[in-house]
Amino acid sequence: MTPSQIVQSGGIELAVYEWGKPGKKKPTIVLVHGYPDAASVWKATAEILSQRYYVVAYDVRGAGRSSTPDHTAAYDLDHLVADLAAVVDNVSPDKPVHLVCHDWGSIQCWEAVTTERMEGRIASYTSISGPSIDHASYWIMNRLRSGSPEKIAQVGRQLAHSWYIGMFQLPVLAPALWRGGLDKLWPTLLEKVEGIAEAEPNPTQTRDGANGVNLYRANFVKRLLNPQERRTELPVQLIVPRGDKFMVQEIWDDLPQWVPNLWRREVDAGHWLQVSHPELVAAHAAEFVDFVESGVESAALKRARVREERRGKAHSGKLVVITGAGSGFGRETSLLFAEAGADIIAVDINPEAAERTAELSRLLGAQAWARKTDVGSIEDMQSLADWVEKELGAPDIVVNNAGIGVAGSFFDTSDADWERVLRVNLWGVIHGSRLFGKQMIAAGKQGHIVNVASMGGFTPSRFMSAYNTSKAAVMMLSDCIRAELADRKIEVSTICPGLSITNITQSTRFVGASPEEEARRQQSATKLYQKRNLKPQAIARAILDAVEHKRAEVPVGVEAHGSRLLSRFFPALSRRLARLDVVP
Amino acid sequence: MSEAWIPSAEELAGFRKAQRLAYDCAEAVTAEMKPGMTERFVAARMKEYLLDHGADDCFHEPFAWFGDRTAFRGLIAVKQLGGFNPAFYPGLRRLEENMPFILDCAPTIQGCTADIGYCGVIGQNAILDRLMDDLIEYRQLILEQVRARRPLAEISRAVDALCARHGYDPRHKAYPFETLAHRIEKLKDDGKKSHLKIANFGVRNIGELLRDKIRGAREGWNPIWNSSDASNHVPTPGLWAVEPHLGFREVGAKWEELLVVTDTDAFWLDDDVPHVRRWAQRGLWKQAA
Repeated sequence: MTPSQIVQSGGIELAVYEWGKPGKKKPTIVLVHGYPDAASVWKATAEILSQRYYVVAYDVRGAGRSSTPDHTAAYDLDHLVADLAAVVDNVSPDKPVHLVCHDWGSIQCWEAVTTERMEGRIASYTSISGPSIDHASYWIMNRLRSGSPEKIAQVGRQLAHSWYIGMFQLPVLAPALWRGGLDKLWPTLLEKVEGIAEAEPNPTQTRDGANGVNLYRANFVKRLLNPQERRTELPVQLIVPRGDKFMVQEIWDDLPQWVPNLWRREVDAGHWLQVSHPELVAAHAAEFVDFVESGVESAALKRARVREERRGKAHSGKLVVITGAGSGFGRETSLLFAEAGADIIAVDINPEAAERTAELSRLLGAQAWARKTDVGSIEDMQSLADWVEKELGAPDIVVNNAGIGVAGSFFDTSDADWERVLRVNLWGVIHGSRLFGKQMIAAGKQGHIVNVASMGGFTPSRFMSAYNTSKAAVMMLSDCIRAELADRKIEVSTICPGLSITNITQSTRFVGASPEEEARRQQSATKLYQKRNLKPQAIARAILDAVEHKRAEVPVGVEAHGSRLLSRFFPALSRRLARLDVVP
Repeated sequence: MSEAWIPSAEELAGFRKAQRLAYDCAEAVTAEMKPGMTERFVAARMKEYLLDHGADDCFHEPFAWFGDRTAFRGLIAVKQLGGFNPAFYPGLRRLEENMPFILDCAPTIQGCTADIGYCGVIGQNAILDRLMDDLIEYRQLILEQVRARRPLAEISRAVDALCARHGYDPRHKAYPFETLAHRIEKLKDDGKKSHLKIANFGVRNIGELLRDKIRGAREGWNPIWNSSDASNHVPTPGLWAVEPHLGFREVGAKWEELLVVTDTDAFWLDDDVPHVRRWAQRGLWKQAA
């Protein structure tokens, strides 16, 4: 890579690289590299971004083709911010720029966004794997002072991840290592430890590694021992690689206290994700820049927005898809998950009912979306799954809950009745499990599929052939896919509710009955269920419990437990009882 | 249902005066409310206000509920004894910022009784806002169905169904006898400054309700309007204090107003009430054409 220009900053020459041309309507993105890298680490990401933006990167002082200060103090954060300001003033004198920074670049940029030097010059900040040293210092102190063994252990783990920082404080050693062969070894180390093969070895690796040690020496001890409270109102996007070997994820936990406008995305990648996943970094950066420029927040960003009050709840940050969410179990389950910190996709064939559930979930603090979907239709379910994957990514939890009722003699149950009930009660579950299970596998998510069956699944009855068959099938289906998904650590639960009050009794089809008779039976079934008074909330609680405790099969209600025992231990009696004429 | 009492225009003016006093009281006391005050203190302030402004009797002494008590969570929801429950009375719960509250008072002036419910919050409460917005549908639904002379039990069940659609609990079912509404009768204006109360209820008004109960049993109607079969009759002419009370999680909201039912029609006694003014401010209120 050849620099397109040299920018002067306090006697240092900074090598600046450009991709694309500046344009009136084109946002400018400035990329700042970390240690022990040079601007070249951004090459792949910059090329992608340059299709739509004017992209600039530069070699930090002492790295790449920039000149090297002659003393350690010249690596102080004040100078680094002055360098960034010089580059920004040069490439975008009129408009504020969007920063995307990694590792030490990110540490510098925290300084830039929380001090006055660059006020009005920065539009947004995407930070990858580099906290403000001041924030980190407060983070450590707060944890040590808390007296909580768990929090103190977090500090211990972070220090273990930061071993090299201590080593860098020792004289001579680190630069000598870089000059004495670590530079040659570096690409191999990256490949072995991080699993990334760099396209081309960095030609300035020796000086990047050796000089960069001064970044640590000039700043770390000073800042850690005497931190300042550093805040910014700027929109900040945090990209957190889950596999970062130099950072524990908890390091970001206190950030909302300093940064009110914060978005957080977690990605399955290691520390150098701009090398291993340039498309992902470019996509996240672009999405954020577009949002800040246009004010239109994408669904994924809405979900990523850090909401202080949502933190620390049992299902914080999880995405839950619930079918049949417009009423009954589905609505209650949505609300319970919303209260537990999750975000909700409320799916129902009735769009108003789904929207209402989404609205109530929002009142409880969740992000929520409503989707009209007929779960029995593969086209509908496919388009739901596509939408979810594209807009929000693979869900963490899927509750296949939608169901309908049919009752009456087997001989009065027409093919159409059978098709209707199997289509919703069984095919709906098949589609939901398969489409979202696939997404979980592809995203490497250790998710959870919850299939709502019924006590009918193990309770034979002369009047419930179609409904109970569909529910028994759901139970077996769940058992089979549970076995198959065990390797992927995706859990599958079956919920078997007893006689619970939902709309299902009011809309159950009573075959072989006149419309008046059907209405009467629906009424009396509803009354019976009301007398039993097993609330949908109880089923919703059972669903959350099944997810939290990884339960395979959960009967809800004394009648469901009783009938299950009966079918297991006294099957003959269970078959005998099935003959009783107990239809309402 | 012979000889049904249909209030005259003059009588209606008297009831309107009582209802305005009750809502003025709720608004005036709300203006004084501060975090830290107890339900008892606020209820006592309401009582004082009503007495100062000419109330000489009541259907019940003022109630005040704060926090999750607005949704009747906890002991207040105990339904034994027909729903008569000491937890209904104002207690020592202290108001906090952003905590919803409900004030309910029922003063009588010169024989005319009102019964109102008023809710609010010192600060912000998004759930309360939503509940209060949605309460408009209940006011419209009830009036439409009464005008269509649907049986009262059916209307009550339609209210239940609307609650289910909204995703709310019909918390008026925690009132004694699951009351959605109850009768209000005109009392004699005897010129006395105060009247007997037992257990915070006005003896004269409760006496009227009991008389209605006996008379209703004979004539086939129920002075307590709920979803039960006893209310399965066309709207009885006279005055009804209607009080749909919604609950969502830890937040409850209600309004309560007098509905005037005549032989052929029905109307709300007064449209100039705080919740209607609030709906108008928020652009929800469309005056019926």
